Amino acid sequence: MTALNLHHLAWSPLGHGHCHHQFQLRDASLRVGAGEFVGLIGPNGSGKTSLLRCAYRFSKPAAGEVLLDHQNVWKQSSRWCAQRIAVVLQEFPDAFGLRVDEVVAMGRTPHKGLFDGDTRHDRQLIEQALESVGLLGFEDHAFATLSGGEKQRVILARALAQQPQLLILDEPTNHLDPRYQLELLGLVKRLNIGTLASIHDLNLAAAFCDRLYVINHGQIVASGTPHEVLTAELLREVFGVEALIDTHPLSGYPRITWITQP
Amino acid sequence: MIDRRYALLLSALGGLLLISCVISLGFGSARVPVDVVWRILLHKALGIGEANWSAGQEHIVWLIRVPRMLLGALVGAGLALIGAVLQAVTRNPLADPHLLGVTSGATLGAVIVVLHVGEVIGLLTLPTAAFIGALLSMLVVLAVASRNGRLESDRLLLCGVAVSFVMMAVANLLLFMGDHRAASAVMFWMLGGLGLARWELLAIPTVTVLLGLVLLLGMARPLNALMSGEQTAVTLGLNARNVRLKVFLIASLMTGVLVSISGSIGFVGLMVPHIARRLVGAEHRRVLPVCVLLGSLFLVWVDVAARTLIAPEDLPIGVATAAIGGLFFIGLMRKR
Repeated sequence: MTALNLHHLAWSPLGHGHCHHQFQLRDASLRVGAGEFVGLIGPNGSGKTSLLRCAYRFSKPAAGEVLLDHQNVWKQSSRWCAQRIAVVLQEFPDAFGLRVDEVVAMGRTPHKGLFDGDTRHDRQLIEQALESVGLLGFEDHAFATLSGGEKQRVILARALAQQPQLLILDEPTNHLDPRYQLELLGLVKRLNIGTLASIHDLNLAAAFCDRLYVINHGQIVASGTPHEVLTAELLREVFGVEALIDTHPLSGYPRITWITQP
Repeated sequence: MIDRRYALLLSALGGLLLISCVISLGFGSARVPVDVVWRILLHKALGIGEANWSAGQEHIVWLIRVPRMLLGALVGAGLALIGAVLQAVTRNPLADPHLLGVTSGATLGAVIVVLHVGEVIGLLTLPTAAFIGALLSMLVVLAVASRNGRLESDRLLLCGVAVSFVMMAVANLLLFMGDHRAASAVMFWMLGGLGLARWELLAIPTVTVLLGLVLLLGMARPLNALMSGEQTAVTLGLNARNVRLKVFLIASLMTGVLVSISGSIGFVGLMVPHIARRLVGAEHRRVLPVCVLLGSLFLVWVDVAARTLIAPEDLPIGVATAAIGGLFFIGLMRKR
């Protein structure tokens, strides 16, 4: 079964030679099993995005390796990778008036040669992807005119049209209303594809993730189930805030209540 | 995603272009009736019909206006195509074929030849010198813009603009200090004109534009992906830098060829892609053929205006494209 393994990754941003500790990675290891929803949490600048970029073969780690199905992704082409990993980023194709179905059709790119047209199979996949994010009937809407939540769902539909074995999401719930945050993560969870997502909102991470990794200063400092990871001590150490942790009265996952200083 | 509406639009534009090409041949300082134009065309191309027109009419239509019309259509198609793909890879809706620095390199080449070398290899001297200038300036832009083997679109555009300014400064300095009669000859070329068109000059631009169209249509999916951003392109399995470099090379070479024959004809490459996207959306497999047809159509008619407005003088077509295109664009923006 497909699994993603990151082994002892090190990476630092190019062109920032002088002691620039932000965004660095140091000896970071992480594993996503088949069908597992893994969350990555950590403060701003801790290296969440850097780690994800290494995982989807955008940034090449200075040391360590990224294994997908026991294959080193840097020994494979980016096309090979794109046929297996789909990524949802905050990069929206707003300019130039692309239509929703055109954006979703981009997901077929890694499966297509130079002059290949869209087959009936491709069109079915595009339709299914739109259906599963609840946007069937939006095909000929201009992408730029959609709301933030709809845009994020279109990008997810594009990822689904890619028929990935692994999904990577970078802050997928940013700027979304609570309803869309819950809908989007619930949708991803129901897909039962191995998923690695960086999530800002710790309560959302606790509610949806099977396992969590905590990253701080480029190092993985804790990992395990939400119950194991989300403790008052860890939140104090890593995020520098006081919190009350109890159990969600309805669902049983840990619930974080921030303690604000008056 | 070829649907019926799109097929209809494409054939309508194609038909309109064919009709325009024939009708446009009648216009100029000497009017030739359309039926005579039609009979001359049939006679020369297919050998049908009796020659009952004057030798002068035949000369004007077949040896001057037909190659000129064809060159206009080719240049319009090529510039629109280049503008569309450059706007996509740089994600900049203001990108234009002449921003790459190629045009100013061609201008400098042309200025040097006209002022200091003379027509050493006849009719081909000016286009050849212009093309060499275009190539050199493309290499300079590439060398300056690439850093650590990377080629970023922002740097590319900025370097193109910077190199353009330096080249134009040198060219203008040479013109300023040089012979004024030569200067006006160069001026005409700099403002753009199809006056150089001869049958024997058409082969190279024809091959260039057709080859460019095929190559860029083949890259339509990568172009779509790049339009939505560098990271997205990578996650879709593309080597973004590679695609961008290829597009830049194709665009520069095409611009070099077209500009060296027709001078710098502005606004077509900037404006036509936007109109095409309004008609059929931004997807490249759909928009590129429409750009080709619209670009041709536009330039064929602007050239008619250029050679009739102040007849018997030729108005520089670059002036006409800029004026007509700009006004048309303003109208379009206000209507929205």
